[in-house]
Amino acid sequence: MNTMTLDTAGHAAPAQPQTVERETVDTQTVVKETVGQPLCDNAKLSMRNVNVFYGEAQAIHDVSLDIGRNEVVAMIGPSGCGKSTFLRCLNRMNDTIEGCRVDGDLTLDGEAIYGPKVDVVPLRARVGMVFQKPNPFPKTIYENVAYGPKIHGIASRRAELDEIVEDSLRRAGLWNEVKDRLDKPGTGLSGGQQQRLCIARAIAVSPEVILMDEPCSALDPIATARIEELIDELREKYTIAIVTHSMQQAARVSQRTAYFHLGHLVEVNDTETVFTNPQHALTEAYITGRFG
Amino acid sequence: MQTSTLFALLLLLVLVAYGTGFSRAVAAARGRGGLRNLAALPSYYGLHTALWCGLPALLLLGGWLLFDDAIIRALVMNSLPDKPDTVAGQNLLYAQIQNLAAGHLLGDASPQVQAAAEHFSTLQQRGSVLQAALTLILAIGLGAIAVLRFSPQLRAREKVESVLKAVLITCACAAIFTTVGILLSVLFESLRFFHEVPITEFLFGLQWSPQMAMRADQVGSSGAFGAVPLFTGTLMVSAIAMFVAVPVGLMSAIYLAEYASARVRNLAKPVIEILAGVPTVVYGFFAALTVAPFIRETAAAVGLHASSESALAAGLVMGIMIIPFVSSLSDDVINAVPQSLRDGALGLGSTKSETVRKVVIPAALPGIVGGVLLAVSRAIGETMIVVMAAGMAANLTANPLESVTTVTVQIVTLLVGDQEFDSPKTLAAFALGLMLFLSTLVLNFIALHVVKKYREQYD
Repeated sequence: MNTMTLDTAGHAAPAQPQTVERETVDTQTVVKETVGQPLCDNAKLSMRNVNVFYGEAQAIHDVSLDIGRNEVVAMIGPSGCGKSTFLRCLNRMNDTIEGCRVDGDLTLDGEAIYGPKVDVVPLRARVGMVFQKPNPFPKTIYENVAYGPKIHGIASRRAELDEIVEDSLRRAGLWNEVKDRLDKPGTGLSGGQQQRLCIARAIAVSPEVILMDEPCSALDPIATARIEELIDELREKYTIAIVTHSMQQAARVSQRTAYFHLGHLVEVNDTETVFTNPQHALTEAYITGRFG
Repeated sequence: MQTSTLFALLLLLVLVAYGTGFSRAVAAARGRGGLRNLAALPSYYGLHTALWCGLPALLLLGGWLLFDDAIIRALVMNSLPDKPDTVAGQNLLYAQIQNLAAGHLLGDASPQVQAAAEHFSTLQQRGSVLQAALTLILAIGLGAIAVLRFSPQLRAREKVESVLKAVLITCACAAIFTTVGILLSVLFESLRFFHEVPITEFLFGLQWSPQMAMRADQVGSSGAFGAVPLFTGTLMVSAIAMFVAVPVGLMSAIYLAEYASARVRNLAKPVIEILAGVPTVVYGFFAALTVAPFIRETAAAVGLHASSESALAAGLVMGIMIIPFVSSLSDDVINAVPQSLRDGALGLGSTKSETVRKVVIPAALPGIVGGVLLAVSRAIGETMIVVMAAGMAANLTANPLESVTTVTVQIVTLLVGDQEFDSPKTLAAFALGLMLFLSTLVLNFIALHVVKKYREQYD
């Protein structure tokens, strides 16, 4: 077992041994129980005892978590802790990975997400997703946003479709920037605009939940701030789960924060509690920047 | 000395030169406290010496081998007091001298010729001694100079690399000049053809019957060079081939890239690509012996007349031949579409087929079009299958059940057998070749351009 002494003071001042004794955190600890409040009353999505395997390797161990209506839940943790894998379970994007197996009870509004009779197509229309790297289709801006409504037959007439496109772009805060060039390729926009286009594309199918997998990791600070504002506005209508590497971002946009570690859910609490008074030693070690 | 022995000796010298250069560099480095104080690594000093030793000697030897025959011939022929006037007579005489010198006696030779033969053998002997001596002196001399001029400041790496660069440039130029040479030779022969047959008749004439009359009163061999039936035949066979190859190839590519599991893919892809390795002659007799009779019988069963060699048979089999070409190129471009686009589409609730049809294929389309165009230029240039299965008759027809002929087939038939290369009949082959070359060149150019444009999009 690789036991790390995670006390920075110890390195800085070896002459004061009393600070070294203060606390050490074993980062390889297997966490049995989630501390804090993983469950809530008005759950939109609820996951119980979720285990995820890639072939033989287990990526997620016995995670239970609720995501409430109109709530932003941030998932944080060091690289490889399973937070993205967990997020991708919620709209079954893991189905596209060969050898990936998901166990446990996952429900959306009380309906099972996994199950032999569940059709993933309407599920994914209800649970939209925004990815780490902006991935606009090589089509026009208009076509990018209109893609979802078209395949789901949401709009029957052109005027209706125009309305959905405009509304989605407005809500994604992109309308004013692109209204004069809707027929230009979406790939020609800047990175931040592309990501907002992807958010508009996701909104256009009127999902109930939006999953965001590190939506700002490829963006500059100004574009990031714009997206964070947007997430706050979107909360009024949607339920949002966001995976992020930035603790500041988690603190700014979310109401609750879940800390993942080595495939275990260590702690879930109000965001304020997590960042000011973490209950688990691992959470504290992570948010104070001692590893990760 | 034999040339092969000379080569072996030269190789030995080069190795010695390499070793000397290398060890001098190592010794110099030791004297100065480490390799870092040399301007290049010891192997570069070795190569530098070896190149000085080997390259000029090799060039000399190459030049000698190229020109010594001509020089000896000139010397021998000039020594003859009276020689034939015609080139053919001179060739004959020189061949006789050579044979005599080699010890093959061909009848009686005049004393003059015998003297010339002796002269020839002495020249040859002296030549080979001179050749060996000069080569070895050059190799040893330049190698020695390179060794003597060794200094730790010598930038051996840069010199060696500039020689290597020159070698690379020469190789690249060889390919380009060959293409240009082929084009020019075809072009000049075509121009000769267009002197005899007007270019308008060639391009727009509807009759193709390239038999020239040998006698003035010969019947039916007027020599008509209207290439339109050939172009339409080529177009029809290629079109049928693409009708088969594009849908089948594209769909198999989509299956392999999007639907097949890794195991099926690893098994199926090589099997499909084996089709590309079958020699076209084999496809040809498959077409002529299996497909063409099958088509004829099927047509007869439904009351249509089909000739035993038909455009349909050739086109179908050519299509099968091209499938792996289309499939493999499309598979590559479909795989190059980033996974994030698929995820994006699936994340919006697209079905697998919607993702493929509305996102993946449109994104890959430019690359697929490029691949198809490359396949078309293969179909146009394909010969063997059409020779065996489409027939020789230059029919101007739109009926795929009739036999047609193509540009490539006509080139083959025009040039097979003993031909004189100054009649319009044979020269016509070059004009056809030029047309073929130009059309495939244009197609390849467009295809490569499209493919390149596509590449820029995701890199």
